[in-house]
Amino acid sequence: MPSFPQYLTAEQENELRRIANAIVAPGKGILAADESTGTIGKRFASIGVENTEENRRCYRELLFTADASVAENISGVILFHETFYQKTKDGTPFVKILKDKGIISGIKVDKGVVPLAGTDGESTTQGLDSLSERCAQYKKDGADFAKWRCVLKIGAHTPTYQAMFENGNVLARYASICQQNGLVPIVEPEVLCDGDHDLETAQKVTEQVLAFTYKALADHHVFLEGTLLKPNMVTAGQSCPKKYTAEQNGKATVVALSRGVPAAVPGITFLSGGQSEEDSTLNLNAINNAPGPKPWALTFSFGRALQASVLKAWQGKKENVKAAQEQLLVRAKANGLAAMGKFQGGQSGKASGESLFVANHSY
Amino acid sequence: MLRQSLEVVCKEDFRKIKIGKHQRSNECVFDCDVTRSACSYTTEGHHTIQICEHKTAIKVRAKVVSRNSCLIICILLNVKLRIARVNMPVFPQYLTPKQEEELRNIANAIVAPGKGILAADESTGSIGKRFAPINVENSEENRRRYRDLLFSTDKSLAENISGVIMFHETFYQKTKDGTPFTKVLQDKGIIPGIKVDKGVVPLAGTEDECTTQGLDGLSERCAQYKKDGAQFAKWRCVLKIQQYTPSYQAMLENANVLARYASICQQNGLVPIVEPEVLPDGEHDLETAQKVTEQVLAFTYKALADHHVYLEGTLLKPNMVTAGMSCTKKFSKEDNARATILALSRTVPPAVPGVTFLSGGQSEEDATQNLNLINAIKGPKPWALTFSFGRALQASVLKVWEGKDENVAKAQAELITRAKANGLAAVGKYQGGLDSAAGGQSLFVAQHAY
Repeated sequence: MPSFPQYLTAEQENELRRIANAIVAPGKGILAADESTGTIGKRFASIGVENTEENRRCYRELLFTADASVAENISGVILFHETFYQKTKDGTPFVKILKDKGIISGIKVDKGVVPLAGTDGESTTQGLDSLSERCAQYKKDGADFAKWRCVLKIGAHTPTYQAMFENGNVLARYASICQQNGLVPIVEPEVLCDGDHDLETAQKVTEQVLAFTYKALADHHVFLEGTLLKPNMVTAGQSCPKKYTAEQNGKATVVALSRGVPAAVPGITFLSGGQSEEDSTLNLNAINNAPGPKPWALTFSFGRALQASVLKAWQGKKENVKAAQEQLLVRAKANGLAAMGKFQGGQSGKASGESLFVANHSY
Repeated sequence: MLRQSLEVVCKEDFRKIKIGKHQRSNECVFDCDVTRSACSYTTEGHHTIQICEHKTAIKVRAKVVSRNSCLIICILLNVKLRIARVNMPVFPQYLTPKQEEELRNIANAIVAPGKGILAADESTGSIGKRFAPINVENSEENRRRYRDLLFSTDKSLAENISGVIMFHETFYQKTKDGTPFTKVLQDKGIIPGIKVDKGVVPLAGTEDECTTQGLDGLSERCAQYKKDGAQFAKWRCVLKIQQYTPSYQAMLENANVLARYASICQQNGLVPIVEPEVLPDGEHDLETAQKVTEQVLAFTYKALADHHVYLEGTLLKPNMVTAGMSCTKKFSKEDNARATILALSRTVPPAVPGVTFLSGGQSEEDATQNLNLINAIKGPKPWALTFSFGRALQASVLKVWEGKDENVAKAQAELITRAKANGLAAVGKYQGGLDSAAGGQSLFVAQHAY
């Protein structure tokens, strides 16, 4: 008979499954606070805060020392390498602060996008070198899940077979290495919202990309029950002249996922992309209320859409910390409700309606 | 004077051209396809040319230049003309919404709660093997009589049988009084289906692996079957577990041929039942069977995606996951059910409305109990899980019939018994032990080909 060498022991499978399920527990989702140094600089610039290591530390301390009730809606936080090893003013590692609140720490492990030569602006993502040793160390130091972002673009002739195949494959290699080291891999094949394409096109491209992704995961024996998917919500391009409702987006999203994501995947943690805080929450709510087979949890892994109001309230000033933390609690609660399809709308924050779109976004 | 045929040469790959209002002529805005206009010009200079062959001709101002003894027309870009490039990938329409709805409705009807399929599509050769043990001659009339028996069963059969798959010959046969079988079934509310593949053929250079043929003229055949009453079709591919098989080649090839078949069916209004059967022949254990089934299904659904098959209008007919027939280790039915759900949950997208299991070599009772457990155990199961049984619905029927007219009513009663049992199993409510004439007999045939 054919040979299927063991990929994971039953014990390893159980651990991964348990972590993944905890992350997508009902009413909970992820705070994506893993902006790289360059990217957080862009956020700081908009509120006139200098991009120093201390400021970055201050800002994340603000987030992680929010009231313990934040854990009712935030199950996990994704961190950047620098942040993962930072501490509060009194010397407590961030990872411990989160753990004490019952929040699971995650780590971004990719090393950014690089161009695919011979393509029309397409990319893959690097970071596989010594990934196993890095994952083992992160696991030792308190991480239980990881994240890796790939990027695909909708253009006249893209995404190409090459880009979809390459990104599917690199995601599968990353996922395999994570699981071998006890980290739940969050698989992120983001289809950018740049462009003037309509909703139907976005849906079809997302379906294609997901088909390549899950074929690659199958080929690399990835244990699906111990993974999570972080896809884009299906929306028309940012410059599409036709406008669609949250309900239409929700429906298109569920159709694409039902055609591409096996039921064994425990949960889907959507990225917010360039959407405003309020739109992200409304769209997540619409997704949870859309008809159709939805055997996975449908929740959030938001960066900008959880932090825009926080940053605006903070302005880099100590005296604003409490008010800024309040904003985080408000958005977390709103998204927690949306993750169960129960968001009533209009929980406004200081930046809730602002579009957070950045063209050709890279972290 | 030089007269030449010319082509409109566009520098880039424009899919559509948007024309704005022309200042002088007030022509309207249109989208049109770029086609190549053959026209002849003799002089350089500015001309008005027609750039598409639609009923409403779009006229564009163009400049004709002479270069290398060819006249080239350059579309002028001026303030009044916008040549817009459509900046998104092209997804030509696969099905209209109406076609999608029809396929979706048929698929959902087939897997309605408590219902499943009677696979009565044995080819002439195969049905002969069924007739032999009961000493019935394999004549066309006997084949007609036997299927007449099945389809004339009391209409309560339709409570548990939603559809019947037929072989070509059967599809066009009639009852004694001249009513086509398809009509007999339709009158009971049972949906007729048709086997469209033309059997397995070897893949050269492999270890006894195969693919399935039947794509030639398939579109025309499907259109005809649809006209004549079919609403769904079936195509069986076969994969074997041996030391080095199934190979990448066999999995890729069979998945691809299934996707081509599915695409052609859908274009002709037939719901394709996709059957990538992993044979139970061999000594492999349950875990191996599960892993191979996962691999095969991954290839299958990738191929369906690549060929744009509309999943909501398809059904899957897989093997239940069980260890090889000659495996020394025995596994419980619960183990089988768990392995089956695991394999499916990892590969079959939730958009697929239903899974209609084949029974393979299992006895009638085993097939029913296995189906029941598959429905009863916990796990992610967003599709209907029901049956498409051949042998496991007919073994007792044949045993009781023995080819004799006087046994027809009793034989039909056996069919109703098994149909009811499997209908209960399809909703996880089978209590077990509904006695049948051949209930416990294994129906395994090595290296089964229909």
